[in-house]
Amino acid sequence: MLSNIGIGLVVLVLILSFLTIYAASLDLKTSSQSIQRGIYKLSLYQTTFTILSFFTLIIAFINSDFSLINVYENSHTSKPLFYKIAGTWGNHEGSLLLWINILVIFSYLFLVFNHKHNKKFRLYTLIFQNILILGFLFFLLLNSNPFNSIYPIPREGLGLNPILQDPALAIHPPLLYVGFVGCSIYFSAAMASMVSGYGGKLFAQSIKAWVQISWCFQTLGIIVGSIWAYYELGWGGFWFWDPVENASLLPWFAITALMHSLIVLEKRNTLHAWVIILCLLTFILSVTGTFLVRSGILNSVHTFASDPSRGIYILLFLLFMVFSALIIFFSTYQKEVYKFNLKSRETFILANNWFMIFFLITVLIGMLYPIFLDVLTDIKISVGPPFFNIVIIPLVVPFLFLMAIGPNFSWIKSRNNNAYKILFLILGAVGINLLISNFFGKYSLLSNLIFIAAIFLFLHLFLDIKKFINKKNRFELPRIISHLGFGLLVFFIGINHQFSLEEDFNLKVGEIKKTNSYEINFEDIKITKSKNYKAIIGNFKLTNLKNNVVQYLGPEIRIYSNPETLTYEAAIKTKITSDLYLTMSNVSRSDYYNIKFQNKPFMIWIWISALMITLGGFTRLILKKNEN
Amino acid sequence: MKLKKIIFVIYALFLTPLYSNDNKVVASEVYKNLRCLVCQGQSIADSNSDFATTIKLVVLDQINEGKKEDEIYNFLISKYGEWITYHPTFNKNNFLLWTLPYAVLVLGGFIIFLIVRKNKHNKAN
Amino acid sequence: MKISISKIIIFSFIIFSFLIFWQGLKKNNDYDTKNLIGNKISNFQLIDLNNEKKLITEEDLRKNEYTLINFFASWCSPCRTEHEYLLKLSNKKIRIIGINFKDKKSNAISFLEELGNPYDFIGKDKNGKISVLFGIYGIPETLIVDSSLIVIKKYIGPIDQNQYDEILKLIQ
Repeated sequence: MLSNIGIGLVVLVLILSFLTIYAASLDLKTSSQSIQRGIYKLSLYQTTFTILSFFTLIIAFINSDFSLINVYENSHTSKPLFYKIAGTWGNHEGSLLLWINILVIFSYLFLVFNHKHNKKFRLYTLIFQNILILGFLFFLLLNSNPFNSIYPIPREGLGLNPILQDPALAIHPPLLYVGFVGCSIYFSAAMASMVSGYGGKLFAQSIKAWVQISWCFQTLGIIVGSIWAYYELGWGGFWFWDPVENASLLPWFAITALMHSLIVLEKRNTLHAWVIILCLLTFILSVTGTFLVRSGILNSVHTFASDPSRGIYILLFLLFMVFSALIIFFSTYQKEVYKFNLKSRETFILANNWFMIFFLITVLIGMLYPIFLDVLTDIKISVGPPFFNIVIIPLVVPFLFLMAIGPNFSWIKSRNNNAYKILFLILGAVGINLLISNFFGKYSLLSNLIFIAAIFLFLHLFLDIKKFINKKNRFELPRIISHLGFGLLVFFIGINHQFSLEEDFNLKVGEIKKTNSYEINFEDIKITKSKNYKAIIGNFKLTNLKNNVVQYLGPEIRIYSNPETLTYEAAIKTKITSDLYLTMSNVSRSDYYNIKFQNKPFMIWIWISALMITLGGFTRLILKKNEN
Repeated sequence: MKLKKIIFVIYALFLTPLYSNDNKVVASEVYKNLRCLVCQGQSIADSNSDFATTIKLVVLDQINEGKKEDEIYNFLISKYGEWITYHPTFNKNNFLLWTLPYAVLVLGGFIIFLIVRKNKHNKAN
Repeated sequence: MKISISKIIIFSFIIFSFLIFWQGLKKNNDYDTKNLIGNKISNFQLIDLNNEKKLITEEDLRKNEYTLINFFASWCSPCRTEHEYLLKLSNKKIRIIGINFKDKKSNAISFLEELGNPYDFIGKDKNGKISVLFGIYGIPETLIVDSSLIVIKKYIGPIDQNQYDEILKLIQ
């Protein structure tokens, strides 16, 4: 029954989408300045039914209604309630329904909140957004329907993968989708802007909040995913340049560039075409990322179960989107005259965009090159962390430098000469860096440059904070917080990467391993039984040879019975100054265990800085709201 | 200007100890750059498979023999193909991979240069 | 919309990328080391499983027109299914070398006593390092090498009837 309700609701939404497009097209031709009430109602009904359909699926999961294939494949009666609910969006079909929900909700909210803006523009946005909605609805109904039923009804479900039962992993998709899918609304708005001629400053104001919201959630979603990977995947890393991670990073670069360019568009009414391009690019990248990750064309440790038929549909839809966007863009493009002074804030924001696009293209090329090479020449290569790190990290140095001095330039043209201040602060940064390098003892050219650039940024920001306390200019606060967060993030990642200790060795119970700074004593093994798994817990005594501090760590090997899986739970001791990280895995056909031990300085500060970046974004949203 | 020259000299002095002081090959770094061939998207460092265990032994042996990092990767590439290393070698196949990003960087910089320069021109007139 | 060079280039690139992705979807993602075919095997030293003093090197292989090198272990179940083909081949004009991979000597000997011994020489690879010299990443795997030490065939997984026939055709 739930299956029929679900499908019925989705079909209703489909009909309403068609009706909305039709009604909006009609309303375009009327001379009235405001949008017809009926269209608001249609949009509200559409939103209501979409949300109801999602609730239907959630209820099916809560009740373990295995008449739905989707619930059967992804749930289990003994799953805890929280994870049953999270299972709704933890699979391809359910997450697609969540996509549609966000598309529809944003469509309605944009309509309602932008009542001060041009009627034609809003109607066209509604039309384009609903075309997108239709595309996804057809995909859902024809290929990936979460409401498909199965008969006879199975007694028990298949989905009890323990790795997926984690709080961070449960909220990570919804957060990320608000980012990924939220950018659809300004894709539609950009299309509408081109078609209706409503551009410039007013256009910037209409989409500002939406860009900010999608940016905040995209950033937060990526961070939560990294935190999950660090605590749960058992390898001590938090970023692997894995295709799924890269797919979430591509839109992030575009949204960040857009967020900054919008400031210029609003303030100086220039960069029209570029802002439109960025708006279009962001959602296109989201859908491209989805295609790459869900079609099976790339292999990754994170992928959903992949299916080439999905791939074909998404690819065609992507092609349709790109072609329409390009055709409309070329038809309505008007040449712009740029009046940028070198020593102006606009130029530095352009520089931000320059670097963002560079990072974006690098990640995109890294992801796509193996595919192109394989198809054209049958040669298979792997592109992984070494490529991305080598190309991207050195360019972060000039990026931080520009980030530090950029905000100090005024709009249009800066009169003051900052050269001495810059030199002085560079010297300061070099000095502080010398202290750090000598303290830790190990350094390289790149690590030195990264630290100097980051410290240079901090020094500028501290001066900014002093100014902020004196002048109390609230609108500088978000930038200071986010930029500080970014600088700290680069700084702590640099420290972590350069000064981490990592050891990988095999040990038998009772043996001791001595490294330069630690003694690791594999004291004994304990076997415990839990509700749905058996655990082998290793008891390790770690002695820090420099200060004789002793810690005990207990990594686990968990053997689950239903389904039969093996997981490795890392033992992590998080302190303000560093994390101690220990994993243990069995070596087949041997008494030995493979031990991975890591000492990661200031690990928690990486999370704190990353969250600070997000905080800056949310601060800006709150300040904007209070302003209105 | 004397002040500027003094600052420059101090600057240069500070730059000298910047280069790397540690060039040993670290086993765990090499493990991270190798792909586990029997796993789904994991590196040798992350994998617990039999294959990973074997490769770790071979890498350790080569490090103890004094081989440089590149030599180790080349050895494994000769046995297993380029797929095994996450660091694409710079050869005629991968030429575009390494050069396109920088081409984009240069192109972007050039565009900004044009935009800013045009204004200087306008100002002059 | 005026037609211009840049627009043509952009649209062509989009269509080109679309075609690549479409082809990419159809391709098989699994990697195998077929690339080793045509390469010369490296220098090695194999110690006999039963006799520490007896060993062979790559030079010994030059004496044979064809050598089959098979990686196996007692704990590997697909190795059992291919064993009959190895036994059949042991009567033909091809030298068969077995490399016992990460195994206990006693288990290997019982395995061969139970299923039969097709090997002219059994080398041991206690920790798997020798397998890396041959580009092996799983077992069973089988290589066919000619007298100039070039790898002419590589079989990943157990040998089946088709591959057995292929080998027969080769050595005739």
